[in-house]
Amino acid sequence: MTYFEFLNTYGPQLLDGAVTTALQTLLAAALAIGIAVVMGLMRLSHNRFVYGAATVYIEVFRGTSLLVQIYWIFFVLPLFGLTLEKFTAGYIAVGMNLGAYGAELVRGGILSVPRGQWEAATALSMSPAIRMRRIIFPQALLKMLPPWGNLLIELLKGTALVALISVTDLMFVARKINGTTYLSAQAFGSALIIYYVMSRSVITPFMRWLERVMTRKLGRA
Amino acid sequence: MFDWRWAFVADILPRLLKATGNTVLAALLGYGIAAILGLVFALAQRTAIASVNRTVREVVEFIRSTPLVLQIFFVFYVGPQFGITLSPWAAGMIAIGLHYASYLSEVYRAGIEGVPKGQWEAALSLSLSPVRTYSRIIIPQAIPTAFAGMGNYFVGIFKDTPMLSVIGVAELMHTANAIGSEHYRFLEPYTLVGGIFLAISLPTAALLRRLEARIRRKMGLRPR
Amino acid sequence: MKEPVQKEYPRQLEGEKVPMVRFRDVTKRYGDLVVLDSLDLDVDEGEMVTIIGPSGSGKTTVLRMLMALEKINSGIIYVDGQPMTHMPKNGALTWADEKYLRRQRTNIGMCFQHFNLFPHMTALENCIEAPIQVLVLNKKAAVERAEGLLDMVGMLEKAGEHPSRLSGGQQQRVAIARALAMRPKVLLFDEVTSALDPEVIGEVTQVIRKLVNKHNLTMLMVTHQMGFAREISDRVCFFYDGKIEEQGPPEEIFGAPQSERTQQFLGAVLEAT
Repeated sequence: MTYFEFLNTYGPQLLDGAVTTALQTLLAAALAIGIAVVMGLMRLSHNRFVYGAATVYIEVFRGTSLLVQIYWIFFVLPLFGLTLEKFTAGYIAVGMNLGAYGAELVRGGILSVPRGQWEAATALSMSPAIRMRRIIFPQALLKMLPPWGNLLIELLKGTALVALISVTDLMFVARKINGTTYLSAQAFGSALIIYYVMSRSVITPFMRWLERVMTRKLGRA
Repeated sequence: MFDWRWAFVADILPRLLKATGNTVLAALLGYGIAAILGLVFALAQRTAIASVNRTVREVVEFIRSTPLVLQIFFVFYVGPQFGITLSPWAAGMIAIGLHYASYLSEVYRAGIEGVPKGQWEAALSLSLSPVRTYSRIIIPQAIPTAFAGMGNYFVGIFKDTPMLSVIGVAELMHTANAIGSEHYRFLEPYTLVGGIFLAISLPTAALLRRLEARIRRKMGLRPR
Repeated sequence: MKEPVQKEYPRQLEGEKVPMVRFRDVTKRYGDLVVLDSLDLDVDEGEMVTIIGPSGSGKTTVLRMLMALEKINSGIIYVDGQPMTHMPKNGALTWADEKYLRRQRTNIGMCFQHFNLFPHMTALENCIEAPIQVLVLNKKAAVERAEGLLDMVGMLEKAGEHPSRLSGGQQQRVAIARALAMRPKVLLFDEVTSALDPEVIGEVTQVIRKLVNKHNLTMLMVTHQMGFAREISDRVCFFYDGKIEEQGPPEEIFGAPQSERTQQFLGAVLEAT
């Protein structure tokens, strides 16, 4: 079987899997961004309880493995009466995990805004909320974007693990094809290439574009 | 609904702890491979030969942009297709070593590039040889910068070892899965696995942070 | 890309009065931007030459080219009669290779605007590293030499400190000692007071003054401090657009500048201070 014939036969399945991977990535990214912003801000709070809660969340999710978290959410949560469908369990686990890493980026980005900016906003009698939303966060966002690009690639890679709870993503399809045909190089190799294209031809250019737009908006072009 | 059984925990804990040994071993072996291979990747990207430069950069990019779990499958299954059979351990170590070598090469590179240009110029103005410049001036200053990244990836490799379970390496996750399907109970094994990971990775990370601060202090550098 | 040597230059300078430093037709370009435009400049042994001029006029480039931190596009530089940018090969001059440059650089010491001390070494270690490694001095002799120099710059008590624990002025004084420890024939000062707080500038200029008065060292200095330049220099060169617009004794340049550009520049600078 030539590689062309292989693609002819199994290409559509691989593409279906890639669509599922893309969906998992999008949903997990949305969740991760939300969690990152909330937890990142909580980590800057002076309230010990708020700060402590965020710290525990971040340390637990960063201190254990994504795979462990996926299994736990899928197999153990039902024992607490919370049964999630495998597709949902998949992106929630990935989103919660990467959100913990993102929270540290948010925190670091906000702290990197020069002190003078905080003082200037305070001197203009801005409330803390307005100061954060209008002055600090936009500047922090610009600094955060490059590391978020890397984090989103990590997130895409992380979604490959949802195949292990039988979500029919790209990884799952590649394994299935491998299991029935034993054409391992073709099956896994094609999947690797598709992941690479998604990382470098979709996520990276998108983040570059976003950076350009943000830079222009903030007048730093 | 909530039914935590301590007797079961006592029953399975020794087995899990034994598997933890394998997990730690896998992390150490994988890191050793990655640390050396990463240096090769980093230096290859600093050579003047453009084709070597480009090729290594592309390979590093590719490895970094694709999932480790898929790479583990790839290494494990592609060998036999061409008549080379690798044990799960060998395949796992190759995959994890390669994956993290690509990360570490970037850490090394960033460390070297993070040394200010003035340091190279001062070394030049004092006529220090290239070997001395690297060994006495540049690398000592690159280490504190690189150390944080190297430490993060050490903890990272440790947390990625559960992926080795997919090809049957008898580490912690694999053992927990086995226990789970033997007893039809997943609560205790999976929770314990999470706990063991936390119990190892948090102190390790804290220790590495303190070590980093100590290195910086010893070298007379400002704390980060 | 290197350009071929267009002209025939002597393989070494000989005769009655050989200058310590000679630039001949030196051109340096960054892309299309000409930073040095076929510069000719001679500096005699023991002379203190100060280079002034607006930013972007190529002042600092003169020192960087002399130290061979970067390569020139054309022309030649001699130090103590020997070519610096070129080396003799098969009876002709070719562009110098790294090994030759490294040997020639020992003739020159340089102090940088941002000091560039090695942060992981103490003040003393900064001063002995190159003498031991490059001049192959034994450790005892190197330490003795370094301590003498640190004493001269008033930094002996701080010999065991790392740069991060020193003020800018103190760091710059250590940097001067480090450069002197190589016993250079020529010493370069590249805006050594520009990064300093006003109140510590004096401690660095004091050291330079001492060097000028007590030692017969050839020195080139780029500075923005006109008063200091006037006081200390044997000759002042005003740079404009990669060329020497005007040069002469400080009394002439500051007292009665001939060129209109010099007058404008000095007028603007004096206005600002």
